[in-house]
Amino acid sequence: MATPTAAATTAPGSRGQLVLRRFLRRRLAMVGLAAVVLLVAFAYLGPHFYRWSYRDLDYSAFLSPPSATHWFGTSQNGFDMFALTMRGMQKSLVIGLIGAVLSTSIAALVGAAAGYFAGWTDRAMVAVIDLLLVLPSFLIIAVLSPIFNGRTWLIFVLLLAAFQWMVTARVVRSMTLSLKEREFVSAARFMGVSHWRIIVRHILPNMSSFLIIDATINVSSLILAEVGLSFFGFGVQPPDISLGTLINDHWEAAGTVNGYQFYFPAILLVVLVLAVNLVGDGLRDALDPNAEVGAPE
Amino acid sequence: MSLLDVENLSVSFPSEAGVVAAVRGLSYRVMPGEVLGIVGESGSGKSVSCLAVMGLLPNRARVAGSVRFRGTELLGRTDRELSAYRGRTISMIFQDPLSALTPVYTVGDQIAEAVRVHRNVSRPSALDRAVELLALVGIPEPRQRVGAFPHEFSGGMRQRVMIAMAIANDPELIIADEPTTALDVTIQAQILEVLHTAKDATGAAIIMITHDLGVIAGFADRVAVMYAGKPVETGAVDDVFYRPRMPYTLGLLGSLPRVDVGNRQPLTPIEGNPPSLVALPPGCPFAPRCPIRITRCDEAEPELLPMRASGAEHHAACHRSSEVEERELGSADVFPAAVVGAPPAAFTPRGERTRVLELVDVVKHFALVKGAILRRRAGTVYAVDGITLDVRAGETLGLVGESGCGKTTTMLEILSLVRPASGRIVVLGKDTGALGPAERFQLRREMSVVFQDPMASLDPRMPVGDILAEPLRTHGVPEGERARRIGELLETVGLRPEHASRYPQEFSGGQRQRIGIARALALRPTLVVLDEPVSALDVSIRAGVINLLQRLKIELGLSYVFVAHDLSVVRYIADRIAVMYLGKIMEIGDVEDVFALPAHPYTQALLSAIPVPDPKKERARRRIILRGDLPSPANPPSGCRFRTRCQTFAEKLDDVRRRRCVDEQPILADQGEPARGHRAACHYAERIAVLDDVTAT
Repeated sequence: MATPTAAATTAPGSRGQLVLRRFLRRRLAMVGLAAVVLLVAFAYLGPHFYRWSYRDLDYSAFLSPPSATHWFGTSQNGFDMFALTMRGMQKSLVIGLIGAVLSTSIAALVGAAAGYFAGWTDRAMVAVIDLLLVLPSFLIIAVLSPIFNGRTWLIFVLLLAAFQWMVTARVVRSMTLSLKEREFVSAARFMGVSHWRIIVRHILPNMSSFLIIDATINVSSLILAEVGLSFFGFGVQPPDISLGTLINDHWEAAGTVNGYQFYFPAILLVVLVLAVNLVGDGLRDALDPNAEVGAPE
Repeated sequence: MSLLDVENLSVSFPSEAGVVAAVRGLSYRVMPGEVLGIVGESGSGKSVSCLAVMGLLPNRARVAGSVRFRGTELLGRTDRELSAYRGRTISMIFQDPLSALTPVYTVGDQIAEAVRVHRNVSRPSALDRAVELLALVGIPEPRQRVGAFPHEFSGGMRQRVMIAMAIANDPELIIADEPTTALDVTIQAQILEVLHTAKDATGAAIIMITHDLGVIAGFADRVAVMYAGKPVETGAVDDVFYRPRMPYTLGLLGSLPRVDVGNRQPLTPIEGNPPSLVALPPGCPFAPRCPIRITRCDEAEPELLPMRASGAEHHAACHRSSEVEERELGSADVFPAAVVGAPPAAFTPRGERTRVLELVDVVKHFALVKGAILRRRAGTVYAVDGITLDVRAGETLGLVGESGCGKTTTMLEILSLVRPASGRIVVLGKDTGALGPAERFQLRREMSVVFQDPMASLDPRMPVGDILAEPLRTHGVPEGERARRIGELLETVGLRPEHASRYPQEFSGGQRQRIGIARALALRPTLVVLDEPVSALDVSIRAGVINLLQRLKIELGLSYVFVAHDLSVVRYIADRIAVMYLGKIMEIGDVEDVFALPAHPYTQALLSAIPVPDPKKERARRRIILRGDLPSPANPPSGCRFRTRCQTFAEKLDDVRRRRCVDEQPILADQGEPARGHRAACHYAERIAVLDDVTAT
């Protein structure tokens, strides 16, 4: 069909500008992005302006409801809930981000290698993927939690990522299978370019939109996984605080007069995950040239 | 009274860049039973205008003007009202028969459905009608085939089914949108024949949309040439082809390599690219590419004006068309023809030049495997089955054949530089079977490739500079040297060094192919493998790329292997030609020998199937129409592989002589003087002139 080609060849500006324009056109994605930016600012800049630190105890206020001095109230020990929530959000965000980047990178490398090299490499890697997919990740991390107990939480992030990448890797594999038949890959091969160089220079950049979207969506699912595990005491361990541990510490307050202790972290968690997902959806529509929603009216 | 009246039709689409004016004021009229050809390059608005007539454009398209069918206005009707017309009085044949049929229903059901939508008939009688229609479009054993699914049909057969559906309700108008573009040339000849039959059976008028001037020349009564959304020249076929008055038409006709013209007739490329349809400047849209432009051309867009010296219907939109008419200017007068000399190597006899590439009995078989876990061999595809050929220094070998003949497999075997399953490949005196990895890597410098699709062969994520740097970097050219070489390469192929920082998407198809050529030349190779390098390009751009390839060959002393299905281009560019069929070479020889006196029946059929952009000649030609489709390469016929479709086998031989074709595989045998190296693999080879050759002046 001849219709849109004439426009495509002459579209002004780079691809980046085009994607930005399409993204800006999605109102919900913009709301999501604004929410994410606000929440990150809230988690990282908040502590500099707030008078309480998450370590401070206010002996004059135990279990006090939200007020001008304690915006989210205090816990029964006199900790400031706002400071705790900010601290917890920091940790959840970091875990989500590192985990997402890790998991998408593993998926990209494994999937691309499996698809590109085919044969035995492919069969072995697909077997690993299938095996990891059927293992109950929650149970295994729970069982392994004593190992990282007391050590750094980074091991926990590693484990979370280790159980997150398989579905993405499968998609990357099938995308590689079709990309490696493309002529620019053959051209590179007939030039004598090495295999890994072709993967890094040609294959992965050509699925970068998918990888970006995937990493974004992974942030929210990793935050949820972290919260779930931490809630049961298998994830982030004291003295570290995450949204999960906060919800664990205060869930019994839900429905009582002290319900604010539970509702603030819980609502912020929902808002955060929702916002990240909205950004992910918006990115997908903006990066996918076939999406109807991003098209101009 | 006219059947279809299109007046001042315009279509525009909103896009990122602004409003795309795809069709800008198109008017035409189709009389009952007439064939109107609409020619134009991609983006000229030819398909869009027909979709507008059918009311099949997406909702965001803005359509204005008037489309009247037997006096009834069609524009602005609801989808439901138009459905009464579509498929009943106006029907459409699409380009891609693969996606135009639903894979989950049998073809019989789909034809029957087309009948039952518009007529109140029972299912069995609709199916009977389907069988009748399949017989009409030439599908063998229609009663059995009516229950087959689309995937059981070949591309040509599917297109026949599409035609059967289109004529199911005896329409008054058939719109055929590039109906043969996706098909091989022998199948194209079959389909055009079927369209003739369909036209005779229904008496319908046909609007034929195509970019192929040869198809139009033989098929249409009247032609409209479109450029940038507007008709620029209209008239009777003979007027437009023999007395073109608009420079664009002149350029198109002059830029076409013709299969019936030898000795490298000069091609007149049209420089530049079609304009963007967003925010067109005032003036003639062709002006930036027009060699006879005057200031007036940039100021006002010319109207379609009648040409006095030719038929009443002949109109051209050019400020200078009366001048063109008075002085009877031809393509070569308006467009500067690139004169291509002969390569210095041509003066040395072929036998004395070095062998750049040699293939001896090369075989490539693919195993067909069944089962997911227990994989077992279910058969063998004989993709390349014993091929022997050689390419000498400074020579172009055209490797031709229809899809599935094994030419691409042969090319990949050469490029991969590994030992073939059987036989030998020798590149520059080095046997690929005996190469170590380091030697193979070194040999890659000497051989490069240009692919067919310039969209797919350049990595869209890399700027042009990086694309050109890749071979240089891979083979250890130092950084400073690289930058200099990239600028040099871009200039060699007619681009500018500052283009290095742009991305492939910012270039047009022709320019992208030039980038692909530049990349192939980066390491100063000796042999370049060209995989259909111009077939994905628009007609007006092709000549420029062909001339570039020809110039580079002479300047850089290159040898080419030119893989193609388009014999006209091969005749223009190649010195030797090898015709392949089902993994074997049927005929090989000097281009002039093979085109003048083809000896193999297959070559004869191929040559006779190619349409020539010359209406009188087209009408007078008698085509050899091959029967059926290419047999499966997994199960080739015994003896001569071509015998199942061979016209000589079917018409000229008696049973005794046929026996030999069935039992014995023919080998390549000399035709004429052995020294000329013209050989054909046929037991009953006979050199016959198929083309009525025109000698180039």
